[in-house]
Amino acid sequence: MTDDTRVRDEGFDDFLDAVEAGEGFYLECPDGHGSLPPRQVCPHCGAGDLGETPLAETGEIETYTTVHVAAPEFDDDTPYVTAVVDFGGVRLTGQLRDAAPEDVAVGAEVTPDVARTETTGERILVFR
Amino acid sequence: MTGVRVAGVGLTHFGKHPERTGRDLFGEAADRAFADAGVDRSAVEGLNYGNFMGELAEHQGHQGPLMAEAAGVTAPATRYESACASSGTALREAVKDVRNGEADVVLVGGAERMNNLGTAGTTEALAIAADDLYEVRAGMTFPAAYALMARAYFEAYGGSREDLAEIAVKNHDNALENEYAQFQRAISVEEALDAPMVADPLGLYDACPITDGASAVVLVSDEYADDHGLEAPVAVTGTGQGGDKMALQDRQYLARTPAAERAAAEAYDDAGVGPADVAAAEVHDCFTIAEVLALEALDFYAPGEAIGAAARGETTRDGDRPVNLSGGLKAKGHPVGATGTSQVVEMTRLLRGDHPNSDAVDGDVGVTHNAGGTVASTTVHVLEVTE
Repeated sequence: MTDDTRVRDEGFDDFLDAVEAGEGFYLECPDGHGSLPPRQVCPHCGAGDLGETPLAETGEIETYTTVHVAAPEFDDDTPYVTAVVDFGGVRLTGQLRDAAPEDVAVGAEVTPDVARTETTGERILVFR
Repeated sequence: MTGVRVAGVGLTHFGKHPERTGRDLFGEAADRAFADAGVDRSAVEGLNYGNFMGELAEHQGHQGPLMAEAAGVTAPATRYESACASSGTALREAVKDVRNGEADVVLVGGAERMNNLGTAGTTEALAIAADDLYEVRAGMTFPAAYALMARAYFEAYGGSREDLAEIAVKNHDNALENEYAQFQRAISVEEALDAPMVADPLGLYDACPITDGASAVVLVSDEYADDHGLEAPVAVTGTGQGGDKMALQDRQYLARTPAAERAAAEAYDDAGVGPADVAAAEVHDCFTIAEVLALEALDFYAPGEAIGAAARGETTRDGDRPVNLSGGLKAKGHPVGATGTSQVVEMTRLLRGDHPNSDAVDGDVGVTHNAGGTVASTTVHVLEVTE
């Protein structure tokens, strides 16, 4: 299934739209806890009044792996690098694009973006 | 409050049985547990059954009553789903029921059919234990998730692929005499290091296999055991459960497992024991790094210290505190929904002396650690020889 037929997931797809437009954000509660949409309340403290805070332009790779065995939806994408990137308020999990696996390092600065997978053409959060 | 005894235990062979249905597997494990217990199945007052991916593997929901039928019991039956911790959770609820006086006899178990899906299909199915929006859609598989944790661990504390390989070698050695194990075959560190990479730094031999199998235990109250003259020397004296954020990215730590730390602390407190009292442990080594994280969560080691435990010989068969004498998930196999109770089956036999590796256990206290997802949920149980 591609995005053209998949019913949108409110919050999540809005988040991807925003990242794609270069306007990434995360949700922040009055106590400064970060989270990702959709959220009714802060997952850390239960506070209800969540505001949108701009995502930092770059984040730092905290950990990563090169995936050789994938689920069928990512068959043609292998091998690919999955990374967890720290943006301060939140971390994001996505695929690293435009970098050879041997050049990837913990601590490297990357920017978030949205791309399509090779296998199904689904939208996917990536880092460049 | 009554004590809770393990009256009987049963397993199927863990391995590749793609043509066997879940109901068939569980029926066999339950039958063995009843025979071992010497308890008539008509005495069962409830079935707590763990299963993770039956909808995907067998197009089967509502498995509680189906599995009660398979076990030949008419008691109310409930399925528990908590990813790989499904039957650990089912066991914990059964322990509470017996303690509360809700039931004197409870059948607990789990089953999983996986090999009928193949490797790609199983990889896809297991992924539903992760956050669909923010992890699965980014292509994160379970091996990848544990690889992310392994690299975070190496960054924080040090460690190497060789250290992880020693864990795989140990667990394969432990399974050699276990007739229920998927791999009764020794491997070497070199073989483990040379195996194909799955998600670096984890290779094929860092990962548990895809397994079909079932497990069952019959739990009874102290009073029921005494009234019926049951020989049930092992008791469940402690139970604990911990939770954490679902997605790895949302956790405070990437190289520690607070859900398991909380479960362990609760279980130790419940049993009135501490980590120093534990003679042997069965822990959730779905990947080699997971054994390291488990040993630290169980407070056998400080964070960063367990990575070399197998290499140093502390957790091997001849070590001070052997870990995964069954072979663990790595060599015995990991039929997801069956694993939590299978650890209790193995530990009961290890403690009461009828396990091939019982002679390696120097003491009366054992611990089981069953983790779900990337340790977003965990149960820990303390088992003791009480008579």
